[in-house]
Amino acid sequence: MKKLITGLVLLGVVATAVAQKDDSSTDALVNNGGVESLRGKAELNETRQPDKLKRVLKDREVVERNYVHQPPVIPHQIRGYKVDLNSNKCLSCHGWKYAKEVGATKVSPTHFETRDGMTLSDISPRRYFCSQCHVPQVDAKPLVKNEFRAVESLSHE
Amino acid sequence: MNQSRRDFIKANAIAATAAAAGVAIPASASNLITDSDKSKIKWDKAPCRFCGTGCSVLVGSQNGKVVATQGDPDAEVNKGLNCIKGYFLSKIMYGKDRLTQPLLRMKDGQYHKEGDFQPVSWDMAFDVMADKFKSALKAKGPTSVGMFGSGQWTVMEGYAAVKLMKAGFRSNNIDPNARHCMASAVGGFMRTFGIDEPMGCYDDLEQADTFVLWGSNMAEMHPILWSRLTDRRLGHSHVRVHVLSTYKHRSFELADNGMIFTPNTDLAIANYIANYIIQNDAVNWDFVKKHTHFKQVTTDIGYGLRPEHELQKAAKNPDSGKILDLTFEEYKKQVAEYSLEKTVEISGVPAEKLEEMAKMYADPKVKVMSLWTMGMNQHTRGVWMNSLVYNIHLLTGKISKPGNGPFSLTGQPSACGTAREVGTFSHRLPADMVVKKKKHRDIAEKIWKLPEGTIPAKPGYHAVLQNRMLKDGKLNAYWVMCNNNVQAAPNLNEETLPGYRNPENFIVVSDPYPTVTCQAGDLILPTAMWVEKEGCYGNAERRTQHWFQQVKAPGEAKSDLWQLMEFSKRFKIEEVWDEELLAKAPHLRGKTMYDVLYRNGNVDAYPIEEAKELNDDAHDNGFYVQKGLFEEYAAFGRDHGHDLAPYEMYHTARGLRWPVVNGIETKWRYKEGSDPYVGKGKDFEFYGKPDGKALIISAPYEAPPEAPDSEYDMWLCTGRVLEHWHSGSMTQRVPELYRAFPDAVVFMHPDDAKKRNLRRGDEVLVESRRGEMKSRIETRGRNRPPVGLVFVPWFDARQLINKITLDATDPLSKQTDYKKCAIKVRKV
Repeated sequence: MKKLITGLVLLGVVATAVAQKDDSSTDALVNNGGVESLRGKAELNETRQPDKLKRVLKDREVVERNYVHQPPVIPHQIRGYKVDLNSNKCLSCHGWKYAKEVGATKVSPTHFETRDGMTLSDISPRRYFCSQCHVPQVDAKPLVKNEFRAVESLSHE
Repeated sequence: MNQSRRDFIKANAIAATAAAAGVAIPASASNLITDSDKSKIKWDKAPCRFCGTGCSVLVGSQNGKVVATQGDPDAEVNKGLNCIKGYFLSKIMYGKDRLTQPLLRMKDGQYHKEGDFQPVSWDMAFDVMADKFKSALKAKGPTSVGMFGSGQWTVMEGYAAVKLMKAGFRSNNIDPNARHCMASAVGGFMRTFGIDEPMGCYDDLEQADTFVLWGSNMAEMHPILWSRLTDRRLGHSHVRVHVLSTYKHRSFELADNGMIFTPNTDLAIANYIANYIIQNDAVNWDFVKKHTHFKQVTTDIGYGLRPEHELQKAAKNPDSGKILDLTFEEYKKQVAEYSLEKTVEISGVPAEKLEEMAKMYADPKVKVMSLWTMGMNQHTRGVWMNSLVYNIHLLTGKISKPGNGPFSLTGQPSACGTAREVGTFSHRLPADMVVKKKKHRDIAEKIWKLPEGTIPAKPGYHAVLQNRMLKDGKLNAYWVMCNNNVQAAPNLNEETLPGYRNPENFIVVSDPYPTVTCQAGDLILPTAMWVEKEGCYGNAERRTQHWFQQVKAPGEAKSDLWQLMEFSKRFKIEEVWDEELLAKAPHLRGKTMYDVLYRNGNVDAYPIEEAKELNDDAHDNGFYVQKGLFEEYAAFGRDHGHDLAPYEMYHTARGLRWPVVNGIETKWRYKEGSDPYVGKGKDFEFYGKPDGKALIISAPYEAPPEAPDSEYDMWLCTGRVLEHWHSGSMTQRVPELYRAFPDAVVFMHPDDAKKRNLRRGDEVLVESRRGEMKSRIETRGRNRPPVGLVFVPWFDARQLINKITLDATDPLSKQTDYKKCAIKVRKV
């Protein structure tokens, strides 16, 4: 039971795009009233073209932070990096032993602390899965501008 | 130290802020601060806005804006850690498109269903809204008005909403979005134990020897609990982690025993483990005899679809939750059907993997913690499945003890605190009470100082039913608050959208941002969020956490609490109650709903002087409204196993786990010594049941409502990703989170892609019997589905995967199964 009209349907007064639409009596009533959501002005019964696959830039400078305890984002690709029971690829560069040699940012000293605040001789197991806090960034303009302002001393504007 | 000039300047800047924040810094990084006011940041605590873990964060504000957030080192839950979302909380309120004034669909200066949205005053917004609610009430009575609320409401907001709907409008048509995520867990708890919510707590994570994940990707969905679990696994070599799922995900990175099972066959796997325990003489007879009864479910109960659906008509006992008596011998025979061979055949999990897991449960020396979230709850046999896991823990007595116990995790910050404990469900009242019991209604009416018979006895429309009733034109005045249900609800094309756009209906949407739900609504109300108001949340380990308002909301945005209470002023009690009820309370005649519900001597008991200067809701009401609502609500649970501490205590503590008796929280319920409600000498007492005994409830494997066939040849499983929380309305507006995972993709096995001539990044059309959407193929990355299954996250408003999903629910919990339906995928 396929409910599709494969013909060309013009969407309301706003949209000029040609799109496939689901056919039901609701269609005539669907109308976003001019309000844009994260899907823009595309009507809810419109099958939007998917956005282009975005790329993580290969290598770039360290990205500035907006406040002291913001985890730094990853300024490089991490495709194929394995972090599991047997190994942690991130630490092979960012661990203190190798960081200087390879020119990587050292893991923060906070990462050596246990839940109870004891400093260990190596990374605390509770910080083992790096991607819980550190994420790579694709090359894309934000969907919506964010008006967060950092304190003056950390402002990069 | 080799430092560039730029690095040096940066280090100094960080040092200046750190010093102002009271953070210790090394002397080498210090700098003179010439103007201390400039660098001063005001810090205060708040629970995280996102998942049910309930991490505490420190929020830094300056000049009326949040400028920083960080993990709260004093919080037991997270001890200074946050996940990537939590670390970016500081930015969630500052998306450029925040709603700052009410918007109404208008044509020629008047409301019109097909009009365009135009800014209006709050006065006009409430005028039109009240008019619509009044005409619905007049035409069709209380069942024609309703509300869809939230596990993100503060406790006070949820409580005010329950009063407004159930006692004010006398309609039980109020349900939270928590119905989509927690209802099966509630059903399981109530049937097995008679009281909702976990018996254990997060402390179990540091004490268990074995963890079993039954349909939960904690690594992405509960990262901070996962970090505690990881800490335990990597720090103690004897600890083992078992992960069950229908596809491979990030939690498998830590798994000693990862298992991929065919969708729905977790029912068989749980029964196999029970069978293994019995066959290997591992039943803890002392525990089982003293503390349990054996029961069985009624089978063939349908799939919660519309009654005219073929599958509903075919069911022998549709919607039946009847529990039947059973002897142990009968139980033994029932689970004996799930032999290792048969379970391997049904589930597709290799024999040695199943046995390895079963052995851990059976070994009396191994402490086991079972964890689950949506994999088990979003399941057409979710309530059964919850009980099947309890069965395993009850058979072995591995429950209510440190490191030993079943633990249901939650997805929303106050799914437990607000949706469940306050009872914002269509069938519930506060403290686990239900509307259908006269005794429970009597208690509520007494606390609320309302006449007997105020609360209707018949449960209202639950989440999925609300959308069906909107479509059918039976629910006409509808308020959607603190959720994004057009994106979240199943079967968008056939149920949600026709319901919202039905010309007979008036839909109000309260939200901080213009969501897709706003786009389908008729009136949009701009809403204050998180630390723009004072509030309190309850997390998954029964921990209640409060916060103060820390900044003001933008423009005319107002909290949900203000909106609920202000709207109630628009109704004289005569307009919502009939003469029969009014005659029982003549002293209430002529009063507004606001006076009757919120100026009842309880809610307005605490003077404004007790509230902080920055507390807009309190100052708008002229009394300490949050405290009044909380204290009236707390009266339901005190001395009844749900004791909450006095209001002020929560402002100093990093949350407290109820029951809080004599100022002391409870970590493990039902166990003598750790739970004050357990009688002396009883050892264990499941006091939610009249005789103190929990139920071991037998249930068989039954097939799912829809499975792949020759045309729709793949399984679809939907879910979340680490970087986006739920529908993405907050996290997609944080640039760093958006750039981390910008668009939803179809995770597919490379063999399936090849078969369809697809390569990574190709555009595809995803279709089910209900709708279609376009996306792109991902054959690598964090999720690796087996052949025959795809995983698609639902955060993406630009794609809307719920056009595809089926609105089949667990017939007992009414929770949707978002984890399995049949689809096809083809190249565009």
